[in-house]
Amino acid sequence: MKNKKISLVTQPNTTLNNKTGPWRTAQPVTDYNVCISCALCSKICPEACIAMQETAGFDKLKPRTNYDYCKGCGLCVKECPVKAIKMVTDY
Amino acid sequence: MDKPKQILEGSRAISQTIKNIGPAVISAYPITPQTHIVEDLARLKASGRADFEYVRAESEFAAASIILGASATGVRVYSATSSQGLLLMAEAFFNIAGMRLPVVMTCANRAVSAPINIWNDHQDVMAVRDAGWLQLFAENNQEAVNQHIIAYKLAEQLQLPAMVNVDGFILTHSYEPVRIPSVELIKKYLPDYQPASGTFLDPQSPVTLGAFFTPEHYFEVRQALHEDLRGSLELIKKEYKLFQKIFQLPVGGPRPLIDNGLLEYTGPKKPETILVALGSMVGTIKEAVQDNPRVGILKIKVYRPFPGKEIVKCLETAANVAVIEKSVSLGQAGPLYTEIGGALRSSRPRLKNYIVGLGGRDVTTKMIKEIIKDAGRNNHYLKFIGKI
Repeated sequence: MKNKKISLVTQPNTTLNNKTGPWRTAQPVTDYNVCISCALCSKICPEACIAMQETAGFDKLKPRTNYDYCKGCGLCVKECPVKAIKMVTDY
Repeated sequence: MDKPKQILEGSRAISQTIKNIGPAVISAYPITPQTHIVEDLARLKASGRADFEYVRAESEFAAASIILGASATGVRVYSATSSQGLLLMAEAFFNIAGMRLPVVMTCANRAVSAPINIWNDHQDVMAVRDAGWLQLFAENNQEAVNQHIIAYKLAEQLQLPAMVNVDGFILTHSYEPVRIPSVELIKKYLPDYQPASGTFLDPQSPVTLGAFFTPEHYFEVRQALHEDLRGSLELIKKEYKLFQKIFQLPVGGPRPLIDNGLLEYTGPKKPETILVALGSMVGTIKEAVQDNPRVGILKIKVYRPFPGKEIVKCLETAANVAVIEKSVSLGQAGPLYTEIGGALRSSRPRLKNYIVGLGGRDVTTKMIKEIIKDAGRNNHYLKFIGKI
């Protein structure tokens, strides 16, 4: 059976179409009440998928994890100085 | 042919041809026995007789990566290497095929380490036979010249890379009469390379090449690479015919019964034994066989894509087939023998494998005569013929 040819030429930034979140077996969940908004997690995330954002109910910016791309490496959990992030089973 | 014959060293014949083909970028790292080719090209550039970019690289890995990148910008490129150099290129070598870049490269075939050895055999190319490149083998210097021109024509039409294999020293360092086609004549056959817009790197319209492919798409992309390579067999025949017409190749020696660009068969219509080989060894075999009315010679000119059907059709007429090879798939047998066996799928003809010439050991006419005698015997299928 002949396959439809898949183009090898892609548009810039289309790697974002490959959502790598499902590679995760556990996901980090941040407790905003413990979080001191130091932004360390957003800086060390190797996938750059934690963004500091305005969050209802808090004066300071809070980290928002993009679970479409978070691979669940747990580095943020390890580095958080106040232990505000916990790995939670993802299934 | 528009130019008279010259007496040239094989390497120089290749570099002169490459100059006339006119790549935009050349990058290479010197390694014996390929050195003279790129040395000559560097000299042509330095003396102002050629206008390609010559990028000096710090290793073969860099050289292969540089021509990969240059080819991705939509221009014609060239490199040459041997042995350890080809092995060092391996990662980029697979990428070039996977990215469908029409790179053309010469491999001056040499043994691989260890033990370290600079002389000729075919072990280097066999290490990358599965990479997705077209693999052509030249018997003599004129054929090497011709195959480089054909290689560019095929590569640029198919969006597949092509490697021309020339036996180290035996061809690269031998002087033979050759005709180097002129720029004008080459242009008649090989037009300027212009890939379709949007398929190469261009700052005016950015695209991504070499992107990440998940299990959802990778499979089909690899299958397509295989199918395009297999599907090129007919095109190779067509392009060879056209090449013969435009360049009016001089025919030397006995006229082959089959000569279709993929393979060449010389000998009787109903031979008792057929000897199969790649590259310059075919010349020695022709010398040894002479007018033996019972022996035919099958020269494989295109090893990838593998012309299995054509080979079987030719071999079916014989009682015995001896595949004479300068490489071993260690722990198995000669790669060409194994593949011919896979294509034959029957117990006739009797198929035997002879490993010769490893690391530059001379392949003599005496050895070939011994092989012809042995080919009809019912004994071990694989023999190493080192000394007689």
